Amino acid sequence: MASNPKFSSEAGRDAEFAQWVENEIGGDRLRECMQCGLCSGTCPLGSRMDYTPRKLVTLAAQGFKREVLGSKSIWLCTSCYGCVSKCPRQINLTEVMYAFKRRAIAEGFAPKGDPMPILADEFTSMVKRNGRVSEPWLMAHVFFRNPSLAYVGMTGTAARLLRHGRLPLGSHAIDKRGELTEALGTEMKREEKKEGKEPRK
Amino acid sequence: MRYAYFPGCSLKSTGRAYAESLERVFADLALELVELKEWDCCGATTVLAVDEVASCILAARNLALAAREGLDVVAPCASCYLVLKKAKDHMAIKPDLRDAVERALKIVHLEYRDNVKVRHPLEVLLNDAGEATIKQHAMRPLAGLKVAPYYGCQLVRPHADFDNADEPTSMDRLLKACGATIVPFASKTRCCGATQTSAMPELCGDLIQVIVEDARRQKADIIATACPLCQLNVELYQPRTVQPIPIVYFTQLMGWAFGATEREVGLHRSLLSAADALMHCEARHA
Repeated sequence: MASNPKFSSEAGRDAEFAQWVENEIGGDRLRECMQCGLCSGTCPLGSRMDYTPRKLVTLAAQGFKREVLGSKSIWLCTSCYGCVSKCPRQINLTEVMYAFKRRAIAEGFAPKGDPMPILADEFTSMVKRNGRVSEPWLMAHVFFRNPSLAYVGMTGTAARLLRHGRLPLGSHAIDKRGELTEALGTEMKREEKKEGKEPRK
Repeated sequence: MRYAYFPGCSLKSTGRAYAESLERVFADLALELVELKEWDCCGATTVLAVDEVASCILAARNLALAAREGLDVVAPCASCYLVLKKAKDHMAIKPDLRDAVERALKIVHLEYRDNVKVRHPLEVLLNDAGEATIKQHAMRPLAGLKVAPYYGCQLVRPHADFDNADEPTSMDRLLKACGATIVPFASKTRCCGATQTSAMPELCGDLIQVIVEDARRQKADIIATACPLCQLNVELYQPRTVQPIPIVYFTQLMGWAFGATEREVGLHRSLLSAADALMHCEARHA
């Protein structure tokens, strides 16, 4: 029987990954999953995913790191918490999805050209720099990183929003942004130092 | 009653009409909103996808600012509301996260307090003003206006404590008190596609179509929402092949019922005009 090429063999399992996810918020209950599929049925974009939420839960619990972190699914999660509110085993999958996103970005698994990781990165740098987000400038940054024809169609929409006073282009930074950037940076350096001591595989 | 008002980034741009109408409704009901000085972005659903500690620091800084004022926080944006509450919950179960936040806040001369209440206007209006008072203020009742109450996903799940996660009713009650007719609306808490819709509209158009078609089947004149992203997505991406249904903030409808002008509650900022729907209800008064 031909094996499903989407799944790697048992040898592709990574015990460290399975252990790691158990320690993330929501990850401690993944092994309680009984594969009922309510999460996949509830998920607004489940039908567009390469691995449905139900499959992701078990792949993660079993340590299939490459499949999970490289999947498009984690970037389609809108964080609507539909699966969380429906799960009969109280698994907080939405929160685990955030952990997947963080690790996928940190370890370079995020699919290239996917607008969501780019948006996450630009949004985060803007907040760290200015303390607040400016919606028009954020969209401009994302466009420059990932020029796509889809955005050209949005210029008309942007112009209409602008006309209705809904896209202010002025400064959006807080006065004490320097202090805030410093506080965020100090904790980031601590984290990196900690990880440097115990490198992740 | 006074509250620490946390508008969030959206209410300063695409969601300005929410801020304008909310401020008007609160003022009419003698509920005082004091905007938090120097508030920062809550981190939304995005910073947590990159940096867990940073997302918690961003949220907690706002809670610390409110603690200094000794006031409850009122967060109208569904995402801000969820994120601020979630940061509190996560710091309670993860002591090392709380330690990191406390260290960072020291640098900005603030102290984290876990006793700051995070509240949503839906709940504040129901509990601190009450339906009877709201009814008294509705000098121009929304008579005969059929409203589909759209809560979206993040407002009521899973950190909210004021309404049911799948069958919420708080907005229904407020708008009913203003004279509106609430239609049965199965898509109340369906997801609009959130940030994914702005980045990949072609992928998420179906989600919005389901929500709008549901409202149309119920013969709704208008959709009411409490989330700036739901408002923007449903306004921008509903199919134009049929007559679109306008979507406004619940506070805009309340403000209108309280007698405010179109401009005072930001109705002039809508890309899908609500004028027709509201005019019909005006005609019923005549």
